[in-house]
Amino acid sequence: MEAKTGTWTEKKGLAQMLKGGVIMDVVDAKQAKIAEDAGACAVMALERVPADIRADGGVARMSDPDMILKIMDAVSIPVMAKCRIGHFVEAQILESIGIDYIDESEVLTPADEEHHILKHNFKVPFVCGCRNIGEALRRIGEGAAMIRTKGEAGTGDVVEAVRHARSVIGSIKQLQVMGDEELMTFAKNNGAPYELVKEVKELGRMPVVNFAAGGVATPADAALMMQLGVDGVFVGSGIFKSGDPAKRAAAIVKSVTHYQDASILAEVSKNLGEAMVGRNAAHMPEGEKLAVRGW
Amino acid sequence: MKIGVLALQGDFAEHISMLKKIGVETAEVRLPKHLNGLDGLIMPGGESTTIGKLAVAYNLMDPLREFGKSHAIWGTCAGAIFLSKDIGRSQPLLGLMDIKVQRNAFGRQVDSFETDLKIDELFKATGTEHPYHAVFIRAPIIESVHGKAKVLSALEDGRIIAAQEGHLLATSFHPELTNDTRFHEYFISLAS
Repeated sequence: MEAKTGTWTEKKGLAQMLKGGVIMDVVDAKQAKIAEDAGACAVMALERVPADIRADGGVARMSDPDMILKIMDAVSIPVMAKCRIGHFVEAQILESIGIDYIDESEVLTPADEEHHILKHNFKVPFVCGCRNIGEALRRIGEGAAMIRTKGEAGTGDVVEAVRHARSVIGSIKQLQVMGDEELMTFAKNNGAPYELVKEVKELGRMPVVNFAAGGVATPADAALMMQLGVDGVFVGSGIFKSGDPAKRAAAIVKSVTHYQDASILAEVSKNLGEAMVGRNAAHMPEGEKLAVRGW
Repeated sequence: MKIGVLALQGDFAEHISMLKKIGVETAEVRLPKHLNGLDGLIMPGGESTTIGKLAVAYNLMDPLREFGKSHAIWGTCAGAIFLSKDIGRSQPLLGLMDIKVQRNAFGRQVDSFETDLKIDELFKATGTEHPYHAVFIRAPIIESVHGKAKVLSALEDGRIIAAQEGHLLATSFHPELTNDTRFHEYFISLAS
């Protein structure tokens, strides 16, 4: 009986295990432990959280493998790490150190302004960002086994996350009432692979797990995204840029499980201390927006 | 017949859709009161540390232990870890099944695998004989079974991947990620 590794079922499957959970950005082993103790279902290892990448400017690249390995040693939950859009060698390096999931992320400076990584070439699964269904299905077409709506990372402003989740979920609803003869035009208009458009219509959902990301800062933000219909949330700067990270992290974990129970949401929202200092995404110059990266 | 699925975190929706496929009524369980009126419970795959912490935070540990004394419970992957008595490290466990489990026993995600299994008990119960295709994801193994727990299935190298103790069932793999409903049917027979 032969065992097969790196299959599509395996890649999609790990994301299915993360559903109903919170994936937290961490910059060192100590933060990773805090995240695990708070109930994170996975951590994203990176050198600087998006809010700091924004503040520092310059080129943001894959993190030092040694720092990622230290985080992998520190926790028992899955560890993800980011590579630049199109930088398949950074992805090869991350795969070789045994990372559980790669985020081909717009938060880092893109290495290719026309192409993404051909993710089918890897055994390790990938998650990619999207703003709309066309972008999501192009990424899945390239082999992404998990999708996250982009939001606007490092702002603490949930408005873009809502916009992108509503766009994706609205398109799925729209497909449900379309005739089969309309699907090719839908595929053309959205720049989406036709076979995947058909699959979304048949399934009534994305063919892979879909999380929300970019701007989630409070338990209420997280529950809002869940009620809009995503499978789980990424929280980047929102935790470790807040006044009491351990408490806020645990509260967001609870809010994702009990997202439909307003009395529990009220309870976990009490006395969390200072939220991260927000940055209004609507007033941000176009050139500073990260979500526009991706093609 | 109404089967609950522990919905704290993980792939509970996948279990619910398998149960619906075989015509079983389902309910999501997040709080102790949700256990009322259930004939059995499935604890899904996910992160066992997350599920354990949420079970403690919402006072589910004792109600689940009590439920398991008289009702069927099946844990897949993280759920199997949560059912066990011992995992050689400190995290919340129900301790209902007399099994010792090792987390992430096959390595990291790149080592996750699919394979075909021969599971006599399952074949007998469902009157079938084609191999059972099992999906393992950062899977645990059952290091040893004790007391009344017995081995249901092992890999060719002897590592135990499914065990049963009366109406309690533990699998390292994920029947909810396949289209094969035989394991869910087998569990329903334990809950009846």
